[in-house]
Amino acid sequence: MTPPAPALSLRDVDMRFGATSILRGVSLDVARGERHAIIGPNGAGKSTLFNLISGRFSPTKGSIRLDGAEIAGERPYAINRRGLARSFQVTHLFARMSVYENLRCAVLWSRGYRYCFWRNVAALADVREAAETALERIGLAARRHVAAGVLTYAEQRALEIGITIAGGARVILLDEPTAGMSRQEADHAVALIRSVAQGRTLLMVEHDMSVVFGLADRISVLVHGEILATDTPERIHASARVQEAYLGTLPDA
Amino acid sequence: MLELVTVSLLNGVVYGLLLFMLSSGLTLIFSMMGVLNFAHASVFMVGAYLAYQFSRWVGFWPALAIAPLACGLAGAAIERFGLRRVHAHGHVAEILFTFGLAYVIEELVTMAWGRNAVSNNVPAAVDFPLFTVFGSTFPAYKGLMMAISVAMFAFLFVALKKTRIGLVIQAALTHPRMVSALGHDVPGVFVLVFAVGSALAGLAGVIGGFMLLTQPTLAHAIGPIVFVVVVVGGLGSLSGALIASMLIGILQTFAVAVDYSLLDALRAGGVVVARGSPWHELLGVKLATAAPIVPYLLLVLMLIVRPRGLLGTRDA
Amino acid sequence: MSAKGWLLPATIAALAVLPHLPGLNADFGRSLLTQMVIAAVFALSFNMLFGQTGLLSFGHAVYFGLGGYAAIHLMRAINGGLPVPMLLVPVAGAAGGLLAGALLGALTTRKAGTIFALISLGVGELVYAATFMLPGWFGGEEGITASRTRTAFAAGPALDSQLAVYYAVAAWALVAALLMHAFTRTPAGRMCNAVRDNPERAEFVGYSARRVRLVAFAAAGLFAGLAGGLHAINYEIVGADAVSAQRSGTVLIMAYIGGAAYFAGPVLGAIAITWLQSGLSGYTSAWLLYLGVFFIAMILWAPDGLAGLLVRHRPIVRTRAFRRVLATYAAALVPLAVMLAGAVVAVEMSYRLSTQPELGPRLRVLGVAVDASSAWPWLAAALALVGGFLAFRATWPGVTSAWARASGEAEAARP
Repeated sequence: MTPPAPALSLRDVDMRFGATSILRGVSLDVARGERHAIIGPNGAGKSTLFNLISGRFSPTKGSIRLDGAEIAGERPYAINRRGLARSFQVTHLFARMSVYENLRCAVLWSRGYRYCFWRNVAALADVREAAETALERIGLAARRHVAAGVLTYAEQRALEIGITIAGGARVILLDEPTAGMSRQEADHAVALIRSVAQGRTLLMVEHDMSVVFGLADRISVLVHGEILATDTPERIHASARVQEAYLGTLPDA
Repeated sequence: MLELVTVSLLNGVVYGLLLFMLSSGLTLIFSMMGVLNFAHASVFMVGAYLAYQFSRWVGFWPALAIAPLACGLAGAAIERFGLRRVHAHGHVAEILFTFGLAYVIEELVTMAWGRNAVSNNVPAAVDFPLFTVFGSTFPAYKGLMMAISVAMFAFLFVALKKTRIGLVIQAALTHPRMVSALGHDVPGVFVLVFAVGSALAGLAGVIGGFMLLTQPTLAHAIGPIVFVVVVVGGLGSLSGALIASMLIGILQTFAVAVDYSLLDALRAGGVVVARGSPWHELLGVKLATAAPIVPYLLLVLMLIVRPRGLLGTRDA
Repeated sequence: MSAKGWLLPATIAALAVLPHLPGLNADFGRSLLTQMVIAAVFALSFNMLFGQTGLLSFGHAVYFGLGGYAAIHLMRAINGGLPVPMLLVPVAGAAGGLLAGALLGALTTRKAGTIFALISLGVGELVYAATFMLPGWFGGEEGITASRTRTAFAAGPALDSQLAVYYAVAAWALVAALLMHAFTRTPAGRMCNAVRDNPERAEFVGYSARRVRLVAFAAAGLFAGLAGGLHAINYEIVGADAVSAQRSGTVLIMAYIGGAAYFAGPVLGAIAITWLQSGLSGYTSAWLLYLGVFFIAMILWAPDGLAGLLVRHRPIVRTRAFRRVLATYAAALVPLAVMLAGAVVAVEMSYRLSTQPELGPRLRVLGVAVDASSAWPWLAAALALVGGFLAFRATWPGVTSAWARASGEAEAARP
């Protein structure tokens, strides 16, 4: 029996902006249910990689497959409808809408309501249920009516994750989910990520090594637009090449 | 036929350059501040009126210098005392502010000079024939206008692309705090940009004032066409604005001269549309009658084919 | 934006009672009310684009006007014997607006933001110019006329008095407003808000921002066309002014001044501006200037509109210090009135001299006779303007401190 197709598969992906080459020959496989982290120094191209996978940009060359289907060059909403969702490094919410409404918007398409203009959204039981579930999971039930724009930073990051998972995507991309958080807030976020990643495939960009080593099944190191190594956390930590790329030793996890 | 084509082409180029003079200042303000200045055509109109007034007091050549200066000062004041407060509220508020300003300026002009057109005639100093082509004379003021608009293009092109202050201004557009931290006076820069843009509009108004009718509705008559130029040329592109202005100027001038309709064209091809048919009226519109909507048709065409505009750089 | 239980019955009651109140119970007053109601529907439709979807349109009158033309043609057909009740004419308006909105929307919603605004301006000018080129469809300069009473099909009350017209228009307006409000609570309506706040994020939760905008555009066109149909019934004529840039500009000002962030804000704006237009334009030729200045003042100092101003007071209304706040308002109002009076006198005199010199320099301003050729009124106006402004400015700290007091009280009283 052949192994199941990887949830996410990149082959020889190149990305250039004009004359500048950001990514070169990136190939990567993320297995279904795997928790995969991408680390690398600043400017390595991690965010660009995310933008390519999620459809914000089209790759100059190469193939990106989601569950075996080619998605390179598709619009973000088309990719999202196939079951891939992402969070953003800089919080990207519906600022004037409440926490609950933010989550509800994230649910609507996945429940099939499309551009329906004849039904009251409050009467849709399945939408309500999914939004409530997401609200509980991210722990913001007490703040449900607060406008997203006035939440605290950590709350906004939690909502960002909430929006990403509320629609039930099978593959989730988290872009530096713990950026700017205190130790305590980051621990909290990691617990949340671990719980929401259950049963889903997770691809994560992170700088915080303790988060990475605590969560990831496998790690890819991206340096100057190329994948230096893809391996288990222990082997990456021990690798001399990786340590060199970071200009010194990796901090102890 | 050749006479018609040559004269129309010449007039089209002149009209196109007038449009360019107006849209250049607008492009400057937009690409450097992100503000779409609805009151730009209004400042053009004020320039025309001021030129008329100063011409009567001190003569044409001093007026040519004073009017743009006054408009520049007015622009500086608008930015310093009005628009500056609005920047924080976002681009929509900025557009609406300038939109309201356009209303107010039109009424102020009415208050000062009345509702009827003033007799802003071509000053004697530039009203002599420069050369003659096919029996029609090409007056000197049109030549002056062409010279000024070419100079405007050159000035702006150099200012935007080649000078240090141009680069600083463009950086300030997207990263105002960073630029400010580097020691540049960002609010001051905005005042300068708005003043220069307004001065350019005023200069265009001096010439445009006696080519078009100087009346309070002047801004409303020419404003929308200028916006079409800017969209067709591509927001933020100076060269695009030049190309689009020439295109619209020439097309519209040629259209006015064509006294045929689609109906006539079909008839020449052997297709007859019955008088009672609902299409009869639409197809029977002569191109000369439809000339005023040529810019807007071009806009719609551009939207279908290339929404970004010819040479668009900034995406709103 | 909570729909309090009493709001709907109160509105219905108000609509029913207003045309019988003293001052409004003659044809002029009822005509004014009718205009306000039509403007309210139009402004609400505009806000579907602006406040709810973040699309700034400078050409919304196109859908109002095209709907109006569709309606007036139906009225002519009814005059000619078509067995359709006159009361259903607004449906034709809505259909015309919907068709135009869907077709032109498909074209114009390809871009958002500033470019969309400019495109809407261009399309507006295009349609306006086209109405003069196709006199068979649009009636050219004179417009198209019809009668709202000449019908062989006796279904429903006859629209033979301004009062009857008012009630018909008010009933339709109520239905339209309720439908527009309901739209905000549908998945489409919610995604319109999402696209307004963050179009990119909306794409990342599965929605095409462009398609959402198109839905909003078609819906806004439908209700604008409905308003146009009501306009056709009320005036029995539809001309090029119905698609003019001036009408587009006015509805924008109404929605903004009323408060685009609140569902009912545009209604406030529509009422205020219609009242100003009809009231002021009879007294002064400078009313457009006053409107423009008012609009700019709102942008600078009250960007959330009249509705926003009211909502801002909600937390402090029940506090004891509120009376203090009102007192400071009253104190500030006096120098403000003096300042405005000075400005108005100067403006009116200028307008008289420049636009109606044949009437001579003597005129009445604010009930006082002045001679614009003499220096005294000018000096007095300048004095009032400057002095009033200085005194007005002196009252600001008082207002601020009273507000601080009241806000503090409100904050402390919260559970």
